Amino acid sequence: MSDKKKERIDIHEYLAQFDDIPGTRVFTAQRARKGYNLNQFAMSLMKEENRKRFLADESAYLDEWNLTPAAKQAVLDRDYNAMIDEGGNVYFLSKLFSTDGKSFQFAAGSMTGMTQEEYAEMMLKGGRKPDGVRSIKGGY
Amino acid sequence: MARVTTGITTSHIPALGAAIQTGKTGDDYWSPVFEGYQPIRDWIKQPGNMPDVVVLVYNDHASAFDMNIIPTFAIGCAESFKPADEGWGPRPVPDVIGHPDLAWHIAQSLILDDFDMTILNQMDVDHGCTVPLSMIFGEPEEWPCKVIPFPVNVVTYPPPSGRRCFNLGDSIKAAIESFPEDLNVHVWGTGGMSHQLQGPRAGLINKEFDLNFIDQLIKDPETLSKMPHIEYLREAGSEGIELVMWLIMRGALGDKVKDLYTFYHIPASNTALGALILQPEETAGEALEPRKIMSGHSLSAAA
Repeated sequence: MSDKKKERIDIHEYLAQFDDIPGTRVFTAQRARKGYNLNQFAMSLMKEENRKRFLADESAYLDEWNLTPAAKQAVLDRDYNAMIDEGGNVYFLSKLFSTDGKSFQFAAGSMTGMTQEEYAEMMLKGGRKPDGVRSIKGGY
Repeated sequence: MARVTTGITTSHIPALGAAIQTGKTGDDYWSPVFEGYQPIRDWIKQPGNMPDVVVLVYNDHASAFDMNIIPTFAIGCAESFKPADEGWGPRPVPDVIGHPDLAWHIAQSLILDDFDMTILNQMDVDHGCTVPLSMIFGEPEEWPCKVIPFPVNVVTYPPPSGRRCFNLGDSIKAAIESFPEDLNVHVWGTGGMSHQLQGPRAGLINKEFDLNFIDQLIKDPETLSKMPHIEYLREAGSEGIELVMWLIMRGALGDKVKDLYTFYHIPASNTALGALILQPEETAGEALEPRKIMSGHSLSAAA
């Protein structure tokens, strides 16, 4: 056996670790599958004509994408945490907040439960410290 | 023969592009960032430093690739690449001009070296590729060198391991060094440093992790390359995983490097930003003066 084979990673252990990070949803295959239609909808907003059509009648546009009711509602509410629960990924969803003329800082801040001002202030002061938010089980 | 003379790391966050586009590079918030890049902009214009070609390692942010195609390692072999429309219209920057001869040579060499590359003959490039060019070259009418875009999947799990990235860099170096034309080639690793853009933990910054990462990248990349994904995620935030791409750059520089310049700043929007110039020790030039710049909140004492 080559060295490469000896270093093989156990996929179940690898994936299980991701559930141990507080306030974080890693974009695993499971999430990618769940969010396929939601993410593809977001990608469609890379075209100006689609952005116009979406903004003119959001609900009708969303009905073209075979979304779950929860995913559709999350988009209408611009609830980015809920969209991520539905399998959305922030880089795909960036097409949605860009369509709204919003920044990554706006979208990220909106997911923290803080106001935009509080979030901006936290970042200016050095960001969120990792202490206590590395591991749920480990509590460190 | 072609040679890898230099490795550069840089952030690629879209807010930097927006700051340039809206004329905010001199304001209180952004000026420390652009001042930190100025020595790199000056250095690269010095005789001998301007690359003929940059192999630009970055991640596509759901622009060229949607959920239908997710290549782990890909290489742009086209004549040119247009800036992508990421939802607010394409960035108003020049087209990226490729180097198909070298790109195809690297692609073939890597495949023979057991890296099964995806070859891209048509692709738009997003902020991951064009913001680094803006940060290093400013706002020229045309980019001053050829660029081979090298997208790496760090979005859909699992991304490649640090180890795999480091070894890939070594294979890129060998590929470049077997190209018969005399070319000054840079390998740039982009993205990072610590940041998280999603969920209640968004806004995570880990200065200690970042500074250790820089230190180890320079001195002991072999050990650094063994860091598992979970450690990046816990310590550097969910989007901090982009740092595996820096190991591709580092792998392309050989065993020992000289750090010509290090810039570290907190915060650039949601992220901690790191920009380095590294060169293989045996052919390294003079370090910049000052050699290290920290700014923004990175200067404050550790809690």
